[in-house]
Amino acid sequence: MSNTTDERVRRASVWTTVMRRPEVGALLGAIAIFIMFSFTDTTGNFAKLGGVAGWTDVAAPIGMVGIAVALLMIAGEFDLSSGVMVGSVGLIIGMLVELFNMNIWLAILIGMAFAGGVGFLNGWLVVKTKLPSFIVTLATFFVLKGANLAFTMMVTGSVRVTGTDQAPGFQTAFNLFGSTFNIGGVDFQISLVWWVLITAIATWVLTRTAFGNWIYAAGGDANAARNAGVPVERTKIALFVTTSLTAAFVGVIFVLRLQGMQAGQGVGQEFYYIIAAAVGGTLLTGGAGSAIGASIGAALMGMAYIGIPFSLWNSDWTSTFLGVILFAAVLINNFIGKRARGGKR
Amino acid sequence: MANALELRNVEKSFGSVIALQNINIEVEEGAVTCILGDNGAGKSTLIKILSGVHKPTKGEFVVAGAPADYDSPRDALDAGIATVFQDLATIPLMSVWRNFFIGNEIKKGWGPFRHLDIKTMKEIAKQQLLAMGIDLRDTNQQIGTLSGGERQAVAIARAEYFGAKVLILDEPTSALGVRQSGIVLKYLLKAKERGVAVIFITHNPSHAYLVGDRFFLLNRGQLLNRFERDNVQMDELTKAMAGGRDLETLTQEIEAVRGR
Repeated sequence: MSNTTDERVRRASVWTTVMRRPEVGALLGAIAIFIMFSFTDTTGNFAKLGGVAGWTDVAAPIGMVGIAVALLMIAGEFDLSSGVMVGSVGLIIGMLVELFNMNIWLAILIGMAFAGGVGFLNGWLVVKTKLPSFIVTLATFFVLKGANLAFTMMVTGSVRVTGTDQAPGFQTAFNLFGSTFNIGGVDFQISLVWWVLITAIATWVLTRTAFGNWIYAAGGDANAARNAGVPVERTKIALFVTTSLTAAFVGVIFVLRLQGMQAGQGVGQEFYYIIAAAVGGTLLTGGAGSAIGASIGAALMGMAYIGIPFSLWNSDWTSTFLGVILFAAVLINNFIGKRARGGKR
Repeated sequence: MANALELRNVEKSFGSVIALQNINIEVEEGAVTCILGDNGAGKSTLIKILSGVHKPTKGEFVVAGAPADYDSPRDALDAGIATVFQDLATIPLMSVWRNFFIGNEIKKGWGPFRHLDIKTMKEIAKQQLLAMGIDLRDTNQQIGTLSGGERQAVAIARAEYFGAKVLILDEPTSALGVRQSGIVLKYLLKAKERGVAVIFITHNPSHAYLVGDRFFLLNRGQLLNRFERDNVQMDELTKAMAGGRDLETLTQEIEAVRGR
């Protein structure tokens, strides 16, 4: 123990301040991966606009839900039903259109309401039963996975719904959520814009609002937060709802773009969201992380998906590659975090 | 000085278990009231009554002269009764200023764009901690990097800043080394000087004797003894706390073991 109170609190250097940011590991990783694929690329396109359009297309949906999952993980909870929810909402919209020739906007509204309801139920069950959210949302995942297939078979007699583009109002919704825009002769998916927007909003909420403070507090130490008057339960439920709604939003984007949906859509994606969050510096035990980090994590995954075939490597190995990245990134994040915090904790 | 709070003939039972019985306590403003007790004496139950977690089964709970009936810790907090729990006071991975304002954030802007006034909060946190004698250059550092004593001090400063008239400290020194304990006791006295009624709950009679103005001894759910500063000595307090004869017997037993 030292004798004075302030000799141990030397002014943090700019370097330490930067290294303290949770997303710094992911950023360094993303830069390294980008440089690597720029060299191994055989098409000459990876580092150009066309390549960027390719990997941001893959990364945007992972990033959007990944951010919501990151926020939830910062608050100390998981949502394993976030992947299947993408499919559920897409299928609901597709079926409402197929059965009732419903206006697409009304169908989207109903799909979103459903997702909000399931998100609330997830959160409410976790808060009330005090069961681990891992278990509660795993159950939701399987319930929805079964329901997705069963209802689709019941309504269409096959494993997919189609013809969503026949819905009244389809074009306006498509323009907003499913279309592309042109930069320098290259078509970018509009989901890129939504991804950037969600990253910005989530970052602002997390770092600049009281709710963001509560998210960190709920995951950092729920008891201390409660003692300080933070509505921990309400905060967590709100985050479960947000995660479900974000997944639903991605479902909307897919059903509009594909003009239909497979019954199995989204299943397995929940792990990509968690990888994005974890690679981006979100602590699995809660209490630390960032939205930008999750976005960088998603970008890194998008680069791998495009970079591997561009390098003429066997793309069967993509998941293996991601597994190694995940492990390395979390290890490096952990190391940097410890160093920047001065060895404590 | 006026009584900040009082318990009159308070009893608390959980089913057939009587946790507290016949508790009469007066806590004065601008004084340190120590509640001493060994493990299982009923200290935790007492804190929970004072901080609004439990309601007494029998008896009166009087705050600032009026009967108090709290449904939640939030109610007690609104009435100016703040509790600093030994391990549950701060969130280690969050910055000092965020910890200081957690649950009471200062906001600016309007409607959906209301956001944290970070600059003001950082300034206030820095000033308030400086007044406590903690000179932090960077309130942005994680509170987990501070020492245990300093973390308690931040929690005390925070409670005071948000209008605590009664400050309950639950075993603030029990997990700390000698020097760190000293720091906490110093802050505790500073709070007293500012007119706060401090309730210091501890099982350490030497810490209590250093700062206390009045001492209540709790044993097996009952008030065993009560001393004022002027009429008690350190060894008396220790003896009374360990149950007098028990301690003598124990001393003899230990000496017997050492003698062999």
